[in-house]
Amino acid sequence: MNKETKRVLIAETTFSWKKFFLKWEWFLVLIFIGINIMNSFISPYYLSVSGLLSATSSFLEKAFIVLPMVFILIMGDIDISVGSVVALSAVIMGESYNRLGLPMGLAIIICLLVGALCGFINGFILIKFKELAPMIVTLGTQILYRGIATMILKDQASTGLTSITWFSNLYWGSIFGIPYMLIVFIVFAVIFGYILHKTNFGRYLYAIGSNETAAHFSGVEVDKVRLITFTLTGLFSAVTAVFLASRMGSVRPNIAVGYELEAISMVVLGGISSAGGKGNFIGAIISIFIIGLLRYGLGLINIPSQVMLVVIGSLLILAVLIPQLNLGKYFRRKQGVVKEA
Amino acid sequence: MKKRIFAILLSITVISALLVGCGKDNNKAPASGDQTNNEDNKGNEGSDNELKGKKLAVIVKSAGNPYNARQSSGFKEVVEAVGAEVIVKEPESATAEDQIVMINELVAQKVDAIAIAGNDTDALQPALQEAMNKGIKVLSFDSAVNAQSRAVHVNQAGTELIGQSLMEAILDISGGEGQFAILSATSQATNQNAWIEAMQKVMESDDKYSKLELVDIVYGDDEYQKSVDQTQALLSNYPDLKVICAPTTVGIMAAAKVLEDQGVTASVKLTGLGLPSEMGDYIGDGDDKSTPYMYLWNPIDIGRLTGYTAIALVKGEITGAEGETFVAGDLGDYTIVKAEDGGTEIILGPPFQFNPENIDEWKEVY
Repeated sequence: MNKETKRVLIAETTFSWKKFFLKWEWFLVLIFIGINIMNSFISPYYLSVSGLLSATSSFLEKAFIVLPMVFILIMGDIDISVGSVVALSAVIMGESYNRLGLPMGLAIIICLLVGALCGFINGFILIKFKELAPMIVTLGTQILYRGIATMILKDQASTGLTSITWFSNLYWGSIFGIPYMLIVFIVFAVIFGYILHKTNFGRYLYAIGSNETAAHFSGVEVDKVRLITFTLTGLFSAVTAVFLASRMGSVRPNIAVGYELEAISMVVLGGISSAGGKGNFIGAIISIFIIGLLRYGLGLINIPSQVMLVVIGSLLILAVLIPQLNLGKYFRRKQGVVKEA
Repeated sequence: MKKRIFAILLSITVISALLVGCGKDNNKAPASGDQTNNEDNKGNEGSDNELKGKKLAVIVKSAGNPYNARQSSGFKEVVEAVGAEVIVKEPESATAEDQIVMINELVAQKVDAIAIAGNDTDALQPALQEAMNKGIKVLSFDSAVNAQSRAVHVNQAGTELIGQSLMEAILDISGGEGQFAILSATSQATNQNAWIEAMQKVMESDDKYSKLELVDIVYGDDEYQKSVDQTQALLSNYPDLKVICAPTTVGIMAAAKVLEDQGVTASVKLTGLGLPSEMGDYIGDGDDKSTPYMYLWNPIDIGRLTGYTAIALVKGEITGAEGETFVAGDLGDYTIVKAEDGGTEIILGPPFQFNPENIDEWKEVY
């Protein structure tokens, strides 16, 4: 009897190819392939290894913010201060090197600490004042952090970072033609994906995103998880700052404007619901490449940047609309009808 | 159900918008190519075909700025006339990050030259150097990139020429004699100080200025209110003052407002360097207007000279070294000179005069 019940259960949850292929991630893979085909048709220069690698580098630095941003959205939160955190930590790094005369290695550590501190402050405010919406709190710190960066540098730039060869190489260097940054990114992406899908911490994130109160009563230390996640976001904004500074060799307070929106749109396109609790890490990673390569392809045929915004905006709207169509439910219902007959 | 139908309809609309958007731009590229061909056939001036099949790109500071649009239209006009393809890149916002991405895209497209108005002096260096390593000619215009990142810079106006033009204006407006004063930005401002010094040199160099008297140089620190205060102080301290010269866009606007508010425009006149859009209402010949004419640069000519320079670089007529000369079409002959930052530059010429005849057209532009 017992055995029989078990078998029925298994039968009900058998692996269904239909269900498997109806996953959002497959749709993203299709878009990804589609964009690559489109790009190679519209520009003869698209399929060039060196071009593709340099294009990848130019959007990968932002992608470091996407990693922890996935966690934030899965928790049902949002952080729109990341662009300002990039600016502030980069400015402090530049000035530590230029004005305080610290060695670059130390300046990088300071930069990472500043980023982590900024993220910690975001998280701390949120767990101490639970009635405040993350959107509003990080809007405030967004203005605050950039304000501090502007106060430090005014309208000046902190320059001369190109003279440090190893620092420039962080962005520009490569091994066997593969940029260092790409390797670093892959390593971190694997770690973040592992944490999200294979550890308790990841399960806590989903639990908080699905139902915070339930998570709390199930013994999840909600505040601690949230504080860690926001600090991590700050830290990785600072990682972006390091690569950005390495790319440009100079920093100014107005860098990285709008990075928060790009990072959030990559996450949302990846099928991670901003309401929390839903989504797959791999989706966000594919989306980084979708948006990045789409921009590159359109850039190669010299589409005006305004038109590019329209295309990417439309893609995003599509991304949030299609799950609303609930195709999966439609197919399943049909299947049910067949079974009954 | 209704909701789903709505969602499907919306998706279809968006997809078609996407397709139309891409489709249009697909067509655009060959279309502009055709245009070039036509123009080329019309022009058919032998040596001009030399640049057929070459691609010259221009990156402006940002999209949606009419001043930048005029620069790129000047560039386009000149370069298309010799049969080369023009690529105009306009970043969404005036940041170096966006410009670096565009430089990478242009390198991938194997363009022959990149002309850029830099959003940052140093931040573009790694990207531009990489472009130069690949054999692409790089030049800056309007806003220079550092000397290591370019072959040559196209400067809108040289210091001496500005000094000369401003002194001519003062001489003309004052009627050849009388007191004048200068309302500058800050006392440390590099540009303004250089221009004022140039004005003083011009004054000493020629006898025709001997009846002019420079009574004071005041500093409004490029703050509107402070410039207003300083102008009022000038008016009360020097009742015989005939002309105020403000070689700064903030100063000239503040001074114009003061002169017209106090109703002294019949006896005290104003000139200097100002933005047409801000000064449009103050420029006029009548006694009720403060400013008979003023100066600034002409963005179209900056673009055209940049175009001619890029062509000369691609043809190999110049390399960007000091002392080289070339002919920039109807703009005339130009010589490459040493720039203050250690690199080389080409100076467009005297600043452009904005007067009652042309101000209505230009105040819409920038």
